[in-house]
Amino acid sequence: MFLKELSERHGVSGDETKVRNFVREKLLEMGIKHFTDSMGNLFALKEGQRKNEDPGLMITAHMDEVGLMVSSVEKSGHLRFYKVGGIDERSLISKPVRIGKEGIPGVIGSKAIHLQKKGEREKALTVDELYIDIGAKNKEEAEKVVKPGDFVSFDTKAEIWGNVFKGKALDNRAGCAALLELLSRKHDCGFTAVFTVQEEIGMRGAKVAAYRVNPRIALVIETTAAADVAEVKEHDTATVLGKGPAFTLKDDSVITHPRLLERLIEVAEEEKRPYQFRRFLGNFTDAGAISQARGGTMTGVISTPCRYLHSSASLINLDDLRNLVEITGGFIRSVAGKGLV
Amino acid sequence: MLERGWFNKMTELLKLVEDLTGLSGPSGSEEKIRSFIRKEAEAYGDELFVDALGNLIVVKRNPDGKKILLAAHMDEIGLMVTFIEENGFLRFSPVGGVNNEILSGTKVIFDNGTAGIIGREKLKEKETAGINRFYIDIGAKSKDEALERVKIGETATFYPSFHHMGPRVTAKSLDNRAGCALLLQVLKNLPASLPNEVYFVFTAQEEVGLRGARTVSYRLNPDYALAVDVTRTGDTPEPEFKMDLALGKGPAIKIKDSSVICHPTVVQRMIRAAERINVPFQLEVLERGGTDAGSIHLSREGVPSGALSIPCRYIHTPGEMVDLNDIEGGFSLLVELLKDKW
Repeated sequence: MFLKELSERHGVSGDETKVRNFVREKLLEMGIKHFTDSMGNLFALKEGQRKNEDPGLMITAHMDEVGLMVSSVEKSGHLRFYKVGGIDERSLISKPVRIGKEGIPGVIGSKAIHLQKKGEREKALTVDELYIDIGAKNKEEAEKVVKPGDFVSFDTKAEIWGNVFKGKALDNRAGCAALLELLSRKHDCGFTAVFTVQEEIGMRGAKVAAYRVNPRIALVIETTAAADVAEVKEHDTATVLGKGPAFTLKDDSVITHPRLLERLIEVAEEEKRPYQFRRFLGNFTDAGAISQARGGTMTGVISTPCRYLHSSASLINLDDLRNLVEITGGFIRSVAGKGLV
Repeated sequence: MLERGWFNKMTELLKLVEDLTGLSGPSGSEEKIRSFIRKEAEAYGDELFVDALGNLIVVKRNPDGKKILLAAHMDEIGLMVTFIEENGFLRFSPVGGVNNEILSGTKVIFDNGTAGIIGREKLKEKETAGINRFYIDIGAKSKDEALERVKIGETATFYPSFHHMGPRVTAKSLDNRAGCALLLQVLKNLPASLPNEVYFVFTAQEEVGLRGARTVSYRLNPDYALAVDVTRTGDTPEPEFKMDLALGKGPAIKIKDSSVICHPTVVQRMIRAAERINVPFQLEVLERGGTDAGSIHLSREGVPSGALSIPCRYIHTPGEMVDLNDIEGGFSLLVELLKDKW
């Protein structure tokens, strides 16, 4: 799987070009028909082995990641920024970043601790108190290489630690890697794969993509938070690394279609693959927009559990990702064989 | 305004409300409600079908008339099991707008009949309880014993609590089984031919974001729409919201809530229909809350929409309360409205 390549590419919501180009390159190598819409969603039309079977299946993974955007350049040459997507701003300080098309390096800084007043030290720094330092002497020098509107992404080298993968943007490059892997395999029925844009800022790409494809069944491949760390009670852990991909029961945007959920469980049980349920029922994914498109779509979500989601370095278990691919492959086979409902 | 057959109609209505509030149908799992209504409605529509999200659609055909969509949501709020403790207690998350304040000691029931009581962990002083501090006790001594009765992902609802007190009725899920009963009665009592094409839609997933109504209105593409749902009242001691709505003073014609500003054409038609048959009505301006009309009126290029509301106290608790006369009034108003050529 192309996890390392995908993780290290920059693709903050609205600026997914580099990720899309990589995926497109792979689709060309595989000889899969594809096209891109006006928002930047990339559609791949996977043909099945049995040509006459079309259950109306769409499988999606979003390409975008959370990040920042340059809002202004200070006289001092420091860059002020906005958040793009849900980022815990307390995690930003001291992180290395890359800015704009050219990938200008920078680091997120703040007033030195000895200059902070007592009250300031006691609370976490907000975005307003942070800036990006690109080593420029002043505004003029900074403006030669960056400008307001430039996207900013974490600069994190991907690494494999045994069975654990460390990198940025695993939400949802892990999903993209899984979807590419599935596209490279043979399946009984065809399906439309969509690499969507702008999920992190409100399921925007998926909304128009689902309108265009008008699927009957949709499966969203995602990456979801794991909170299996010290001090968290078990029922609050959401998901746990290494216990298999997580099925969504419900979140703030969708209630998984009961027949689709049953089928995922059936496939996992039959193939003796581990799975778990996402125990935190909040937040949203592309499934929200897809299930509500046109006359409605039977929609479900399968996710790789991920620690430190939406931060500069997150962790997933590679077996979880492999099992996600196998269960999704089994789901395609099952839907091709006996449909759904 | 007592007419012939009033008593029979009331008895029938009461029975319907009792039956419908005796069933569980949390958002996303409306099967029981759907099949009950389906059986009741089957003989009265020209066509009947269920869509991908679980909406039940009953069509009264008239290809020459305007297309009117009537929507009553079938679903109710619930508690979805997310985790089972080693000692058999169930942790859960809300489905729809669940008020934590009324949870402790509340009796709930799962689809397979398993009942449970909600308990709460001890709180620190001045701490307000998040949903993760509550659990459901189904009397199981261990995780294994609990798993024999309940699976993760299953959703409990409040335990049926129907009680009839004169013209007033208290029960869980009157939001919106009262609306379902009203709409069913309208369907059953219409003249054989109507000047309009009417879709009776019993919608899914209203409580989690007006979701069933959104997709069904796209599919049916109506000319006008009307939601039938319950609304709050301001007739109790120190009510949460100051509003001029009371139980027993007639059905409410919605002017606005936080999801929709009702279309003046629809509102005027409703008022005229009520006045023609002398049904007392109230006007509803709801500060907070939404209904299916919220998603329907924004479907495709827009649908002029309104809503008929049944005043209801203690919404989203095990003891919601309505006045049957308000449902009866709403019934008469709707029948009159549908006889009118739109």
